[in-house]
Amino acid sequence: MFSVAMLGVLTAMLLALVAAVRGPSVFDRILALNVFGTKTVLLIAVSGFLSGRPDWLDLALLYALVNFVGIIAVLKFVRFGDLGRDDSQSAS
Amino acid sequence: MTDLTGLLSWVLLGSGALFCVVGGLGLLRMPDFWARAHAAGISDTLAAGLILSGLMLQAGFGLVTVKLVMVLVFIYITSPTAGHALYRAAHAHGLAFGADTRLETEQVGEDRGAD
Amino acid sequence: MPIRILVTGLLLAGAWLLWSGHNDALLFAFGAGSVLLVVGVSRRMDRVAEAPRVYTLGLRPLAYLPWLLWEIVKANLAVARLILDPSLPIAPRLVRVRALQKTPLGQTIFANSITLTPGTLSLEVEDGSVLVHALTAESAAGVLEGSMNRRVARLEGEG
Repeated sequence: MFSVAMLGVLTAMLLALVAAVRGPSVFDRILALNVFGTKTVLLIAVSGFLSGRPDWLDLALLYALVNFVGIIAVLKFVRFGDLGRDDSQSAS
Repeated sequence: MTDLTGLLSWVLLGSGALFCVVGGLGLLRMPDFWARAHAAGISDTLAAGLILSGLMLQAGFGLVTVKLVMVLVFIYITSPTAGHALYRAAHAHGLAFGADTRLETEQVGEDRGAD
Repeated sequence: MPIRILVTGLLLAGAWLLWSGHNDALLFAFGAGSVLLVVGVSRRMDRVAEAPRVYTLGLRPLAYLPWLLWEIVKANLAVARLILDPSLPIAPRLVRVRALQKTPLGQTIFANSITLTPGTLSLEVEDGSVLVHALTAESAAGVLEGSMNRRVARLEGEG
């Protein structure tokens, strides 16, 4: 039954990949990427149980962190074309 | 584990998998970015909650469940934050709304909030 | 300020102990080093922008969370039905809602709650009002009805 959950998550990841390739705008792609990232966290958690090693949850949380920071970084890059901009000088 | 919690956990895992697929389908079916964003919300909230709760029932009381709860809390805090950053960026960029989008400007609580 | 540093440090140390699960001197030393580093960095960040004090909310979120979770479930079922409907009956609209919360923390919780409930997205928070994108007339009506708005405002207490 873990494998059923895993199949669902994998299908959703596949659909998210298709959506990311389809676009059309860069924001659509980031949206799909975010879904893909959340699904990856679930995939790691479920596969940890499937293989009898729940310790993988540490990896799941780490991936959730990296996904969040990554999305924000990509967004900032798309918006400003720069990752190191001094925000105190902009109105955002 | 009793049979009942086992059954419940399978139901949670199965429906979580189902909502994952529905969210993915929505991502492909919806006509524009703003509608797709709502579909993405499904897979980020309910599907994650159902699958992680199902795993919690499997794990029983213990450190593993605490970690699952922390993963869930983390997803529920970061997902709308990342989402809001994305929608704000798309809005600031001037990404067009669908042609049939209606603009309504009613303000709720005018009588209460206008002090 | 020192209280804040202490609370942050204790929470971080607790998280470290919970996640590491090892009890040898080397890993404790790594943990202590990480906690000190993070406390130092967050102090530096406080100088740029004061972080909201979540603990001023007390235990009130415990009453709000179950309600929010149930709203999320209901909204999810509604949007799932829309996606599976062959005719895809969506009617997107934009609504500007005045936030009843007075603090930035309250407004953040309100905007995040809106985004967490599928069918409604918060696009921007400006001058105390939230621009919401709703997928259907029903979800727009749900935001305008204002029970989430009032509940989050109550969460702030009398502050």
